Amino acid sequence: MNDALDVALRLLLVFLAFLVLPLVVGQTEHKVMAHMQGRLGPMYAGGFHGWAQLVADGVKFAQKEDIVPKDADRRVFQLAPAVALLPYLLVLVAVPVGPGDGAVGAVVDAGVFFVLAVMGVGVLGSLMAGWASANKFSLLGGLRTTAQLLAYELPMLLAAASVAMAAGTVSLTGILDGFAWWWVPWQITGALVFFVAGLAELQRPPFDMPVADSEIIFGAYTEYTGLRFALFLLAEYAGIVVLCALTSVLFLGGWHGPWGDAGLGWFWTLLKTAVLAFVVIWLRVSYPRLREDQLQKLAWTVLVPLALAQIALTGIVKVAIN
Amino acid sequence: MAPIPGSGLAKGLAVTLRTMTRKTVTAQYPEVQPELPPRTRGVIGLFEENCTVCMLCARECPDWCIYIDSHKETVPAAAPGGRERSRNVLDRFAIDFSLCMYCGICIEVCPFDALFWSPEFEYAETDIHELTHERDKLRQWMWTVPEPPALDPRAEEPKEVAAARKAAEKAAAQAAAQAASPAAAQGTDAQDTDAREDRP
Repeated sequence: MNDALDVALRLLLVFLAFLVLPLVVGQTEHKVMAHMQGRLGPMYAGGFHGWAQLVADGVKFAQKEDIVPKDADRRVFQLAPAVALLPYLLVLVAVPVGPGDGAVGAVVDAGVFFVLAVMGVGVLGSLMAGWASANKFSLLGGLRTTAQLLAYELPMLLAAASVAMAAGTVSLTGILDGFAWWWVPWQITGALVFFVAGLAELQRPPFDMPVADSEIIFGAYTEYTGLRFALFLLAEYAGIVVLCALTSVLFLGGWHGPWGDAGLGWFWTLLKTAVLAFVVIWLRVSYPRLREDQLQKLAWTVLVPLALAQIALTGIVKVAIN
Repeated sequence: MAPIPGSGLAKGLAVTLRTMTRKTVTAQYPEVQPELPPRTRGVIGLFEENCTVCMLCARECPDWCIYIDSHKETVPAAAPGGRERSRNVLDRFAIDFSLCMYCGICIEVCPFDALFWSPEFEYAETDIHELTHERDKLRQWMWTVPEPPALDPRAEEPKEVAAARKAAEKAAAQAAAQAASPAAAQGTDAQDTDAREDRP
């Protein structure tokens, strides 16, 4: 009974984080993007600096009619948003926020594998939406998503593998237990590759070719309305949270901080995640969209070789230490 | 020297970060009124006490949006045996702001300072006919006309001030000369010589 309560409590906390953090990131994006462009951003909803803007958006989406196109593959079309969103919830369960087994939703032995595999499933939602919509723009968006997934999954896996090699384990908690500060400069190339590849997998600008609104309307999400569309948007922000949390856990030491690891572990994790989320927004504001061929070129001629070089470096240092 | 590869990317990030730390340019208009300069062309006010119905404004108006009606009144002679005089009385003065193009020519040509710019601009109407502001409304706008901005430091003196100052100086000099000449006529030898020495 006590175990069941414990599990329920942990899942509830993870679920709460899953509901709140993406909205916080979304609101931050509204505000940071506005100020980076010399604007104020939302100012009305909720009274104080538009803090409730995303709540208002959610209410608006909920009021809208849920339309399924006549020629669409009905069930796949309706299922796609859930497939896009839920994997990020599953990933969040496995992310440790503090030292010990108490500060993680569920201890997964093959954490790195689990996390990367499930994140890959998230992209399937876009593919399903693109194929099932019976719309040429959706199909083009889906195809671009596929190409991007194929190109960027590889460097992402290689970069994560480098950390697993360094720690000698694929468990996320194990990697954090083995962490030392000099891992950051040691794995910095891998961290950059992982972060950039993760951005591309989330289809965030400047890697938003699959949803490029000036060419293919909104890619795979063109035919979606109302709540299902909102779920896709939420999936994007949940993806940001998950990517930033994973980057901080794998490469920046997660709950390790300058002081107070035992009590303040959750704070360091959140802080690192927040800073990375800010960088995600910052990159979106600063850079224009990459063309499809530039996108592929970056993955295959820059990120993959860099990730391989990182693995080689990790191996050499590992052997030298032993 | 060739630029360092990737320096452009860093520059882009620096630009957005710098912009974020600066003040935004958004004007929160309905909540915060804009601070308009005193000579803003918002609406035209009529100071009807100054109007002599000379019709210059109506005739100069490029799109004929000023309507003036008047009649003549006879004023009885001021002194016995004098001549009766006639005077223009303003009956209607209206500006149709749906036609007005805010050129300000009417204000420029008015020789009696009866028309003024006011910075008020919130007089949108749901019916276009209501944009024709009649005499009362135009008079009301006068209360919103701000005082003219101060001159720049070391600017040229305004013409009317210069003229008034010259006239005042002339009058003062005359008064001084009148005060001096009777004294010279009645004065002793010593005073006489003093007066003579004063002359150039």
